[in-house]
Amino acid sequence: MKVLNHIVAAVSIGVSILFAAPNQTWAQTKIGAVLSVTGPASFLGDPEKKTLEIYVEAINAQGGVNGQKLQLVVYDDGGDANNARTFATRLVEEDKIVAMVGGTSTGSTLAMIPVFEEAQIPFISLAGAVQIVEPVRKWVFKTPHTDRMACEKIFADLKHRNLTTIAIISGTDAFGKSMRDQCVAVAPKFSINIAHEETYGPRDSDMTPQLTNIRNKTDVQAVVNTGFGQGPAIVTRNYRQLGITLPLYQSHGVASKQFIDLAGPAAEGVRLPAAALLVADKLPDSDPQKLVVVNYSRAYQQKTGQSVSTFGGHAYDGLMILVQAMQRAKSADKVPVRDEIEKTKGYIGTGGVVNMSPTDHMGLDLSAFRMLEIKHGDWTLVPDAGS
Amino acid sequence: MSMRALLHHRLAPVAAIAVILLLLPLLFPSTYYYRIGALVFIFALASLGVNLLMGFAGQVSLGHAGFLGIGAYAVAIGATHLGAPSWLSILGGASLSGLIAFIVGRPILELKGHYLAVATLGFGLLVAIVLTNEAAWTGGPDGMLVPHLVLFGFPLRGSQAWYWIGGITFVVGMVLALNLIDSPTGRTLHAIHDSEVASRMLGIDVARHKLVIFVISAIYASVAGSYLALLNELITPDVSGFLRSIELVAMVVLGGMGSVIGSLVGAALLIVLPQILTILQEYEQMVLGIVVMGFMIFLRQGIVPGIAAALGRMRT
Amino acid sequence: MKKRRVGGVACSPDWETIGGDGARRIDPMAEFLQFAFSGLTVGAVYALVALGFTLIYNASGVVNFAQGEFVMLGGMSTVFLALAGVPLPLAALIAVIVAVAIGLALHRFAIEPARGASAVTLIMITIGASIFLRGAAQIVFDKRFHSLPPLLGADPIRFDGAAILPQSLVVLAGAAIIVALLWGVIDRTLLGKAVIATAANRLAARLVGINTRRIVDFSFGVSAAIGAIAGILVTPITLTSYDVGTLLALKGFAGAMLGGIGSAFGAVVGGLLLGLLEAFSAGYISSNYKDAVAFLVILAVLFIMPRGLLGRAQVERV
Repeated sequence: MKVLNHIVAAVSIGVSILFAAPNQTWAQTKIGAVLSVTGPASFLGDPEKKTLEIYVEAINAQGGVNGQKLQLVVYDDGGDANNARTFATRLVEEDKIVAMVGGTSTGSTLAMIPVFEEAQIPFISLAGAVQIVEPVRKWVFKTPHTDRMACEKIFADLKHRNLTTIAIISGTDAFGKSMRDQCVAVAPKFSINIAHEETYGPRDSDMTPQLTNIRNKTDVQAVVNTGFGQGPAIVTRNYRQLGITLPLYQSHGVASKQFIDLAGPAAEGVRLPAAALLVADKLPDSDPQKLVVVNYSRAYQQKTGQSVSTFGGHAYDGLMILVQAMQRAKSADKVPVRDEIEKTKGYIGTGGVVNMSPTDHMGLDLSAFRMLEIKHGDWTLVPDAGS
Repeated sequence: MSMRALLHHRLAPVAAIAVILLLLPLLFPSTYYYRIGALVFIFALASLGVNLLMGFAGQVSLGHAGFLGIGAYAVAIGATHLGAPSWLSILGGASLSGLIAFIVGRPILELKGHYLAVATLGFGLLVAIVLTNEAAWTGGPDGMLVPHLVLFGFPLRGSQAWYWIGGITFVVGMVLALNLIDSPTGRTLHAIHDSEVASRMLGIDVARHKLVIFVISAIYASVAGSYLALLNELITPDVSGFLRSIELVAMVVLGGMGSVIGSLVGAALLIVLPQILTILQEYEQMVLGIVVMGFMIFLRQGIVPGIAAALGRMRT
Repeated sequence: MKKRRVGGVACSPDWETIGGDGARRIDPMAEFLQFAFSGLTVGAVYALVALGFTLIYNASGVVNFAQGEFVMLGGMSTVFLALAGVPLPLAALIAVIVAVAIGLALHRFAIEPARGASAVTLIMITIGASIFLRGAAQIVFDKRFHSLPPLLGADPIRFDGAAILPQSLVVLAGAAIIVALLWGVIDRTLLGKAVIATAANRLAARLVGINTRRIVDFSFGVSAAIGAIAGILVTPITLTSYDVGTLLALKGFAGAMLGGIGSAFGAVVGGLLLGLLEAFSAGYISSNYKDAVAFLVILAVLFIMPRGLLGRAQVERV
C-alpha cells in the first residue's frame, strides 16, 4: 500500500538523520584531525594518522598537556573535499574540539578553512600548497614546506649545475599540478627555460610514451617530475628503461625510503628536495634537527614497522607546535593558543626550524629543505647545494 | 475528501515529505544536522533524476555525476569569470546540462544495456577530465571557490539556508516527477521500460521519449550540483568523478528503483551511514560493503518497496 | 645525451638517425614501437580483466565490478606472503588459490542468494563486494605501494630503437597462454561445452542434466584466477596497492564492451585496443587527455557498431 510506503520512508529518514550520533564529551582537551586516510591521498593520510595517534598516546603517558589528557578525534574524509567540510562541521559542533591538526590535501584544507575561521578555532594544516597561508588567515597555519619552496630549491640546484633548459612531467593530481604551476611561475627568476611538458594520471602504470616525447626533445638538459605516490617511482623506472641519462629531479612528494625500494637501481643519481627527516642518521651531530628527526624516525619505525615519511613528520610538527603553544599559554582556550602558535619561534621539527609571525603562518625558509641525492640505494646529502 | 482518499492521493508522498521537512529541524541540536539534512536533500534531488531515468524509463547512466559537475562549475565559473549572479548561474547550468544531454543523448540512447552503461560512463569521465585539465577556467584539481548565493540582497549561506532551499526544491522536484509519472508521457515511459520493441510497434516515438527523460534527469542533477557548490562555497573536480556517479546509482537502487521516496531514502542512507560508521575507523569500508550487499540480497527491490512489500505480507 | 663511440666514430642513441644533411632526426618507427609496446603491456592487463568480466557474464549474466579486486588480491597477497618469508613461486600459487576462494565465496554468498534479482541489483552487489574487499585489503595489507621482482631480470631489451622490459613479454605471453588454455577448455572439453550451454540457456542446460551451479562456480573461480595471475605478472611493471582494483575494473569493463560483451575473443581484443589507444594518445596527441581520447574512440566505435567490435546480436523477445 502506498500509505505504508510513506510511513516507512518517513520514519526511516527521520530516524536515520538523528542517528548521525555525536561523540561523548569528557573533561579532556579535545583536538580534531580530518585526514585522508583512505582514497587517492591515503599515501599521505595514513602516516599522518599513525603519527598523531602515536604521539598523543605518548604525551598522555607523560601526563598530558597542562595536567589534562589529550583526546584525539580523527575522521577520514576519503580524499573528498565535501566530506572534509562535513567532518569539520561535526568536529566543531558536535565534538567541540579546541584545535585542529589535519587537512591532508589542499582541496580538503580549503574546504574546511571557512568552518574554522568562523568558529575561531586554530587550524594547523598538513597540506602543501602556498595559498593556504597566502593570504594569511588569522586562524590557519601550516607545517609542510610550500611547493613553491620545492621548486626554488630544485631550480637553484639546476642553476648551480648550469642546466637551464628543462622538461617537466607532472601528475594531474592536485599536488603534482600545484607544484608544476609554482615551478612555471618561479622559473624566470632562475633563468630556467621549460622547453616541454608532459602529464600523467596519478594511477597510471606506464609513462614511457610521455618520456619518449621528452627524450625526443634534444634541447632538454634535465627533467623535473612533480607528483607523489607511485607515479614518481614508475617515472623513474621508465626513465632508465628508455635509457635517458639526463639528470632527473623528483619532488618532496616522494617523501620516503619506499621510493628507493620501488624505483630500484633506476633511482641512482636522482635528486630531490626533502626534509632532513629522510637522512636522519646521516646528519652531522652538530645539526640542530638531528635529535628530533632521529627520535621521530625510530619511534615511528618501531611502532608501525614502516619506514618513516615526511608526511608523517609534518603531522608530528603540527601536533608539537600546538602542544607547545598550549603549554606556553597555560590553557587550551582558542584565543591564547592561537596567539602562542603565531609566536612560535625556534621550534625545531622534522621539517626544519620554525619561526612564525603574524605575516608568516608557516615559519620555514628555504634552508629547511635539503637537497638529497640517491646513491647506492640510499639518501645522501648534496653538499654545497645552491640556496 | 475522505481520509482514505486523502491517503491514497497520488501526491500524498509529497505531503509526507513536506511534513518531515518542516518538523525535522525541531530535532536538530546543531548546525551539523542541518548540513547533513541539506546534503541529503541535495543528493536526493540528483538521485531522483537518475531514478526517473533508470527506474521509470529503464535506462542506465553510470556518468550522471557529469551533470552534477556541470551544474556545480556553472555556478563557480559564472561568478568568477562571468560576473553573473548565482541564481542566474544555476539556471544557466541547468540549461547547459539540458542542452548537452540533448546533444549527447540522441546518439547515446540508441545503445542498450551494458553498452549504454559504458557510453554514459565515458561521458562522465570526459566531463571529469575536462574539469580537471582546463585549469584556466576551472581551477584544476584543487577546484574553485564559490561565492555564496545572494537573493534580492539577502545572503543565503550556510547549512540552515541550504537545508530549506534543498528541501523545498526536492519537494517541488517530487511533485514534478509524480506528475510526470502519471501523465501520458509517464505511461509511455512505462511501456518503453517494459518493452521497447512492442512500444515501437504501437507507434510510440521511443527515441524522443527517452531523450526527454534524459534531459529532465540531467537538469535535476545539474541543479543539485549547483546547490552543492553554493553550500560548500567550494567545488572540486571529483564532484563529477566515477565514484560519485556510482554513488548516485547506488542511492537509486538501494532506495528502490521506481520509487520517488526511495530516492530520498537511498540518499539518506548513503550520506548518514558513513557518518555513523566513522566510529569504526578502519573497518568502515568493510562494513559499508557488507551493508550494501546485505540490503541488495535481502531487499532486492530496494528499501522502500522491499519494506512495503514485507509489511503488506505481514498484514495478510 | 651520451654519445657512444663505435669504432672511433661517435654514434647517437639508437632511436635517433643521422640524416643525409647531418641533422639528428628521431626515428618515427622506434617511437611507434615504444608506444605500441607500452600500450600492449597495459592492454594485456585490461584484456585479462575484460576476459574475467566476460566469463562471468556469459555463465551467469552478472557484470562483476569486483573483477579488478582479483587483480589487486593476486599482486598484494604475493607481496605480503613473500615479505613473510614464503618463497616467491609458492607465494604466487597461494595468492591465486586465495583469489579463487574469494571468487567462489563471492558467488556462493553474495550472488547466489540474490538469484533472480534484476541486473542492476546484481551489479550493486558486486560493487558492494568490491568495497568490502578493498576495505579488508586496507586492514590485512597496508596502504602503501609494493612491487615484485621481475621474472626475467630488469634490463630492457632494445628492439629496433625501442626499449622493452622483459616482463612486458612475460605479461603478453602469459595472457596469450591463458587465452589459449581457456579456448582449449571451452572448445574441446565436455566441461567447456557445459559452460557454453549454460551461457546460451540456463534452464535448458539444467534440463539436460548440467549442474549449472557448479558451472557458475567454475566461471567465478576461473575469472578470479585469471585476474590474480594478471596481477602477479604485471606488478613488477605497474606496482600494486590496495586500491588498484577500481580503475582496472572500469577499464576492463570498457574494454569488454568495446570488444562486445559475450565474446571472449572480443574482450581480449577490446582490452588490448584500449591500452594501445591510451598509449598512442599519450604519445602522439596529449598526455593530459589520453583517457578522454581513448573513451571518445570507444564511444565512436559503439555508435557505428552498437554491439561492439565482435559482439553477438542480442535478441529481444516481445
